[in-house]
Amino acid sequence: MAAVDKKPVTGAGRLNGVLTWIDTRFPLISLWESQWGKYIAPKNFNFWYYFGSLAMFVLVLQLLTGIFLTMNYKPDAAQAFASVEYIMRDVPGGWIIRYMHSTGASFFFIVVYLHMFRGLLYGSFRKPRELLWIVGMLIYLALMAEAFFGYLLPWGQMSYWGAQVIVNLFGAVPFIGERLSEWIRGDYVISDATLNRFFAFHVIMVPMILLGLVAAHLMALHEVGSNNPDGVEIKKQPKDEQTGLPLDGIYSHPYYSIKDALGVVGFLIVFAIVLFFLPEMGGYFLESNNFIPADSLKTPPHIAPVWYFTPFYSILRAVPPLFNSQFPGVAAMGVAVVIFFFLPWLDRSPVKSIRYKGPLFKGALAIFVFAFVLLGYLGTEPTNVWGQFGSWLQHADRATVFARIFTVLYFSFFILMPWYSKIDRCKPEPQRLT
Amino acid sequence: MSEQKVDTGKRDFLVAATSVVGGVAAAVTATPFVTSMFPSERAKAAGAPIEVDVSKLAPGEMQIQEWRGKPVWILRRTPEMLEGIAKDAGLVADPKSEVPQQPDYAKNETRSIKPDLAVLVGVCTHLGCSPQLKAADAKADMGMDWNGGFYCPCHGSKYDLAGRVYKGAPAPINLVVPPYKYVGDAKIIIGDDGKVA
Repeated sequence: MAAVDKKPVTGAGRLNGVLTWIDTRFPLISLWESQWGKYIAPKNFNFWYYFGSLAMFVLVLQLLTGIFLTMNYKPDAAQAFASVEYIMRDVPGGWIIRYMHSTGASFFFIVVYLHMFRGLLYGSFRKPRELLWIVGMLIYLALMAEAFFGYLLPWGQMSYWGAQVIVNLFGAVPFIGERLSEWIRGDYVISDATLNRFFAFHVIMVPMILLGLVAAHLMALHEVGSNNPDGVEIKKQPKDEQTGLPLDGIYSHPYYSIKDALGVVGFLIVFAIVLFFLPEMGGYFLESNNFIPADSLKTPPHIAPVWYFTPFYSILRAVPPLFNSQFPGVAAMGVAVVIFFFLPWLDRSPVKSIRYKGPLFKGALAIFVFAFVLLGYLGTEPTNVWGQFGSWLQHADRATVFARIFTVLYFSFFILMPWYSKIDRCKPEPQRLT
Repeated sequence: MSEQKVDTGKRDFLVAATSVVGGVAAAVTATPFVTSMFPSERAKAAGAPIEVDVSKLAPGEMQIQEWRGKPVWILRRTPEMLEGIAKDAGLVADPKSEVPQQPDYAKNETRSIKPDLAVLVGVCTHLGCSPQLKAADAKADMGMDWNGGFYCPCHGSKYDLAGRVYKGAPAPINLVVPPYKYVGDAKIIIGDDGKVA
């Protein structure tokens, strides 16, 4: 038995005995040390490195508030809307739990988008972290599914018509589409059957997948080691003679435990301000139409998904139909998400970090971020928000034309990357962290 | 253990055979789970025809009825509206309704049995939202060549008052005309046109 060879636990005071007892029967200390306590991280993590641990924090917040919401929520088309209002008005503390959950959903995406942007800035998706990036992207997909299923549950007008649109996206798949969307809905329209199964997906299926993927993401990270703002591999550095660590490496604990705790405090200040003063964020976090019960006969005058889906929604709207089919728009939207998976192989730059990349990549990234934000904004607005060009452009909607231009720029960032990242004038990467 | 050598060929065969048999069993077991997600017998049964009295519908007025969970529009078109439809021929993608989105008896310019009364499934052929009636005077929003029609709030598709989709809209094809028939002058039955559907 290997357990016999283990050293007794020290440094935990009175708990030494208990921890030793557990550690001889369960790999407690080795798990802690490999996943956090003795995990060696680069010493120069900056602001952008808060968002990984914050994403975990928000995940826990969502799981906790979600469990308490299910205690009073009814997944039934006749009762769902009223049960949410019941939680808001009659359940003691229900309003704050519900607002924590709905605000938490938007904050989850804010944190995850910033986390992904960090990856783009510092080339964290590059070899040897390709699989880490892919697992991260799978988490992002699962998160989108989770948010989508969850948004149907209050059974308001936006829930209903948002689900109607998204499920019909699958109807656009050639040949099998119609059957496929019936299979997802369990009916010919969004109905009680749909609500009931989306509840099952939202509270059981996707959270389990998410937890599994998050565990895989962390294990992959702690295997390959963290990237950093300089994009230098600390594992390739010589070891310090005294500590045996790479020259620019430090233990996560206590150094980054403290830093991440500060991040959580900062996050909670912002989160609490929104939670208490702007829980609906002027219709961006919870859309006003969703306070009207679902009506299958009447689409609200303006429908839009919640802000975190709108860049992709804009791309969907921007692509005109071809061959009597709306599939091209749907496919473009799908590709806009999936194309992120290929980043590790699209970037041919000799350096990882934006600090040493040349003007071409910096410019391309700036244009991409602008396109993403602009498409996101346009997706929240009707297509005629900026009026029309007039007769010289066949009365085309200005917003639609801009959405098309920025859709092209969005895809160009990825498709042209092998070219511009290779010919870019990069600076040499240093040996040590700066 | 013995001196015997491991017969890797035999071992590979057994692994492959076990995997195939196990895979078949898994696929068969998955069947009830997959089929349980299709529409149930109860959902399939909820599709009976509906009878609608249209005698009180004034010209220019629209009534919405639920049929198979979807909104069905019944619009009494005015002569001006019908003129607008005639003017739309150059703006719409399929002016002659070649794509079979309607029963044969509604394959005409107004896409209806009687020219004035439009019966349309009010579900956008793009992604299933329900468009809204926008009168001809909504030119400020809808463009100078707008002769009245339907506008889908979700993705901006436009249809004319015969449910024909505008060129360049996200929606690919015209709105569906459901099977329907007149019972006398004042009543229609939606979902049953006396033919084998």
